[in-house]
Amino acid sequence: MEIEGDMATATGRGDGQTARPLLAVENVVQRFGGVAAVDGVSFSIRDGEIAGLIGPNGAGKTTMFNLIAGSMAPSEGRILIEGESVETQPAHRRLSVGLGRTFQIPRPFGQMSLVENVMLGRKGQSGERILPNWLAPGRVAREERETYDKAMALLEFVTLTHLAREPARVLSGGQRKLLELARVLMAEPRIILLDEPAAGVNPSLLEVIIDRIIEINRRGTTFLIIEHNMDMIARLCRHVFVMATGKLLCEGTPAAVAADPRVIEAYLGGGHLA
Amino acid sequence: MLEFFSSGLAGYLAFFLATALSYAIICLGLNLQWGQTGLFNVGVAGFVAIGAYTSAILTTPPSDTHLGGFGLPILVGWAGAMLVSAAATGFVGLLTLRLRSDYLAIATFGIAVTIQLVALNAQAITGGPFGIGFIPRLFSGWAEDALLFNFANLAAVALVVLILYIGLERLVRSPWGRVLRAVREDEEAARSLGKSPSHYRLQAFVLGGAIMGLGGAVQAHFIGFIAPENYLPTLTFQVWTMLIIGGSGNNLGAILGGVAIWALWSVSGSAITVFFPPEQQARAAALQITGIGVLLSLALLLRPRGLLGERINVSRHTDAKPAKAG
Repeated sequence: MEIEGDMATATGRGDGQTARPLLAVENVVQRFGGVAAVDGVSFSIRDGEIAGLIGPNGAGKTTMFNLIAGSMAPSEGRILIEGESVETQPAHRRLSVGLGRTFQIPRPFGQMSLVENVMLGRKGQSGERILPNWLAPGRVAREERETYDKAMALLEFVTLTHLAREPARVLSGGQRKLLELARVLMAEPRIILLDEPAAGVNPSLLEVIIDRIIEINRRGTTFLIIEHNMDMIARLCRHVFVMATGKLLCEGTPAAVAADPRVIEAYLGGGHLA
Repeated sequence: MLEFFSSGLAGYLAFFLATALSYAIICLGLNLQWGQTGLFNVGVAGFVAIGAYTSAILTTPPSDTHLGGFGLPILVGWAGAMLVSAAATGFVGLLTLRLRSDYLAIATFGIAVTIQLVALNAQAITGGPFGIGFIPRLFSGWAEDALLFNFANLAAVALVVLILYIGLERLVRSPWGRVLRAVREDEEAARSLGKSPSHYRLQAFVLGGAIMGLGGAVQAHFIGFIAPENYLPTLTFQVWTMLIIGGSGNNLGAILGGVAIWALWSVSGSAITVFFPPEQQARAAALQITGIGVLLSLALLLRPRGLLGERINVSRHTDAKPAKAG
């Protein structure tokens, strides 16, 4: 099924309708010296779903995210986006194959206005090359108007319109998460990796974030979410992967993994089961 | 008598402004590298020297004391200066731009010192310590009339600054400039949004280097003579002070800083000749550097944004739009 990139025209759809993996991780290993932070992990995310990645601290979740996002190349294994092998491509190429991410600790461009933070996210702007700014200023200006309008619409979507002209450094932690969400949406990715969207966010803003994730997903975007907040995971995800000590421990519905004794063991300690 | 005095003063002012604006050119180049992109280039003097020597070699009449000269038109010299400086910065950039800021500073400082030493020692190319003279000057036909000559030169340098200013404003206050700013602030985040930091860094470094080279060439043709001692680290220090006082990240600030600091430099130089006996003047000249250093420290403490700070909105295309009320 083709999904239109433009959020306004994207069709709504129930998740889990299609079985094609949008993102697949195959036997990925990442070693730091003698430690394998990720140790032979395989999983796949279907197009249109919201999947969760949980596990105790130190399980290797953020390393897994960094590998998928291209911040580093895995020691072994493959990462496929829509069947295309991307594990050796640099991070800045990931977006062009449809993969966007946010950071555990948000990274807004603090000296730049919110609206320009979001505008930056747009792909393929001709004004991002040197010559069109001198030779085709009309085209650049026209594109910029479109980009601006779209960025303002996204800021409205994440309830930050009133701060559009402020520098991003004034934002609270939760607002920064929302800004990052708007920024990555500007690039119209097929799948978004969210690293702890609930961490440090006040409860009312958290409701906004959850609501927006559901809405974006309804319009066709796939999510993989790292989160410690199990209530949020239960509300958002149909499918959850559990990692512990670098390995995939189990997967299933939030209720099923929460009841799994191996998961309880991993969280509460007591050593590994054979 | 009065007329002579006033025309002498006007001529001096024109001469002073033309010199100041030639520094403003270099300062615009540094602003692109540091102000917009955060590249800590402490080798400014080296890239200026490359431009100055390139243009001098291309335009001077044939000579036994240095490479060339090739007797080409001044504009060809300027273009050559930009190209060779761009090539040199590109080469240096490919080698060093992966370095973090302080290491980039050490590397570029070393490169500039090397370039200066090459200028001093590669006598067959650069004329060594004797430098290169007889560099053709713009409007040399009018040299008889000092006032006209100085004003014509001022107009030429001002035109170069104006063209650079308009071109850079177009370029920097655009999506391209927005990416530079993003790379400066957080390259990991820029990368996550599909922008290649190394690609943009190299572009800004090379373009800035070309502008510095042009600045060097303009100065060389304005003065008519260059020598290695023009390109000591003092020059780098002066240009950095100009940019920080004027307002890093703001092209108008870079120009303003160039004029303001050159004014202070000239006034303090004259003051030294007035207040110190001739045998002490060489030592007293160190006070100039000290004074500029103190000023720089005060500016960083009291007004770190400079006279004109950078704007929150980068792209000029976002200027006119009012924010919708929330």
